[in-house]
Amino acid sequence: MPVVEAVDLAKSFGETRALRGLDLTVERATVLAVLGPNGAGKTTAVRILTTLIRPDSGHATIDGIDVVAEPARVRARIGLTGQYAAVDERLSGRENLELVARFFRQSGGRARERATELLAGFDLVEAGDRVVKGYSGGMRRRLDIAMSLVARPKVLFLDEPTTGLDPRSRLAMWELIESLVAEGTTTMLTTQYLDEADRLAHSIIVVDHGTVIARGSPQELKDRLGGHRVTVDLLPGADPETPAAVVAALGPHRAPGPVLHSDRNRVVVSVRAGTTTPDVVHDLDAAGLVVADVTVERPTLDDVFMGLTGHAATETEDGTQPRTGAGAGTGAGTGTGITATIPATSGVKR
Amino acid sequence: MITQLSDSASDSAPVTDDEFVEPPQTLIWALRDSWNEATRHLRAVPRNLDLLLFATLQPIMFVLLFRYVFGGSIEIPGFSYNQYLMPGIFAQTMVFGSGFTGVGLAEDLQRGFIDRLRSLPISQSAVLVGRTVSDLLRNLLTFAVMLAVAFAIGFRFEGGLVRGLGASALLLYFSYAFSWIQALIGLSVKSVEAANSGGFLWMFPMTFVSSAFVPTEDMPSWLAKIADANPFTVATNAARALYNGNDPGSDVWQALAWATGITVVFATLAIRRFARTASR
Repeated sequence: MPVVEAVDLAKSFGETRALRGLDLTVERATVLAVLGPNGAGKTTAVRILTTLIRPDSGHATIDGIDVVAEPARVRARIGLTGQYAAVDERLSGRENLELVARFFRQSGGRARERATELLAGFDLVEAGDRVVKGYSGGMRRRLDIAMSLVARPKVLFLDEPTTGLDPRSRLAMWELIESLVAEGTTTMLTTQYLDEADRLAHSIIVVDHGTVIARGSPQELKDRLGGHRVTVDLLPGADPETPAAVVAALGPHRAPGPVLHSDRNRVVVSVRAGTTTPDVVHDLDAAGLVVADVTVERPTLDDVFMGLTGHAATETEDGTQPRTGAGAGTGAGTGTGITATIPATSGVKR
Repeated sequence: MITQLSDSASDSAPVTDDEFVEPPQTLIWALRDSWNEATRHLRAVPRNLDLLLFATLQPIMFVLLFRYVFGGSIEIPGFSYNQYLMPGIFAQTMVFGSGFTGVGLAEDLQRGFIDRLRSLPISQSAVLVGRTVSDLLRNLLTFAVMLAVAFAIGFRFEGGLVRGLGASALLLYFSYAFSWIQALIGLSVKSVEAANSGGFLWMFPMTFVSSAFVPTEDMPSWLAKIADANPFTVATNAARALYNGNDPGSDVWQALAWATGITVVFATLAIRRFARTASR
């Protein structure tokens, strides 16, 4: 039985229909990423599942318990880390953790013990007795998540856990979430960052205007877009016939459709899903062709979002649309709204 | 790096249903939750120097300013102005102290802390009870400082210690009742700034159009009618009579009825509102 199950959730705020029939499930010890742009309904879904607001229609259960009928029992089983670090900055990190532990009816001694454990686990030992006001953004986020884990929840909700973090803190947060998942924490996270969902999630739902427009594993979503792309860089001064010869040589693996790019320096074609670099090298060898370089690119989730909705998931800071699929490079580039110093993560799977 | 943070402490296997213990939900626990929440704010009091200074210096300033600026020029038959004025200043300061309830709640909403609290398996009224109780205790501290200063410049419990303490307790209760009005305001407005202005603005006319600083008979008759009907006048008159050993008539009971009525009505509204409030 899934730990989290939502069926046909709908919720309106005045004229705004935040959710229009959302379904989702999270299986035990897996991560579900709810991916979508701002205003897609991600936070509304989290708030319904964590009993903060009631749906207009539809129903949802956590661990089989209805979120509307028995909110207190649901609250005993969940941890919530919202969009903004919900820490009391007048208190120390330790006091924040002990506060939550006491709310979970832990004795004073047990609460202190648990706070000590969590401070150690979240790299906050040194800062633990300092007032949170002086913490960095990353430290606040870590404390925030630690507070959500005080009572060892059955499911952890992370609402945009890396929004507003600098690149280094973001990477640290990903590693933290990965280690929680490795221990078996069932997690539902929302994000507008495609590379984040790609890296952290076992399954993804893509949400737009309050409904799920696609669901599947990161790999399935990318495969749905069709072929992968092969870029062949030719040697300097290559024969004018070489580009055509390369296209012909790749025939067995080519996906239907036109050649994406072809000139004296470079050939780009679509290939079938699953085509590997050795496959391409073998094809070229068989035709007796020598080239400078071969790259096989898998589509990024950005491409998926573009293909599904016809609009980009996020807009870059200057308001322009992110890069479109064809001819773009690999990696978590500018198109995802992430600072370019983040290493490429597309295609790197656990 | 992270070991055994999310699941059972004894082994890293996922928690199974039988080892999962739900926190009990009883009245005793509701009170403990409220106290736990109150200590969250009380711990912060000595660390927040601005607030502490404001909570103590402002009443000292008021006592001294009113005493020495207006004290010489206002004649009240049957009273030294000091004995007349101080209960009014006490009452005003206590009611203004309730404003922090709304501002504090609005801050918690803005920082997302209310979402955290609402997602915990605690008594839903505990957050507001804890907040109002901690504000009451902070007001008690303010009151003690203010009384000490008033005594230093000659104010006395003319009606004796018991009545003097009774009058002080009455004003604290009144301030507690107003905390619930402020709680409702803090939960209803959209920002901390709005909680600040929306919480304090109306208290100026309420406390000045009253018997706190001058007898209502001296006001234009239409204004005197408003001032006499003002519950703040009732509370001030009751406290003033008790401090000075005069017969309060029915004012004490009326003041207690007002405070109780306000508490019941606004606590109900605020707790209802809280259940539907999510952070912004």
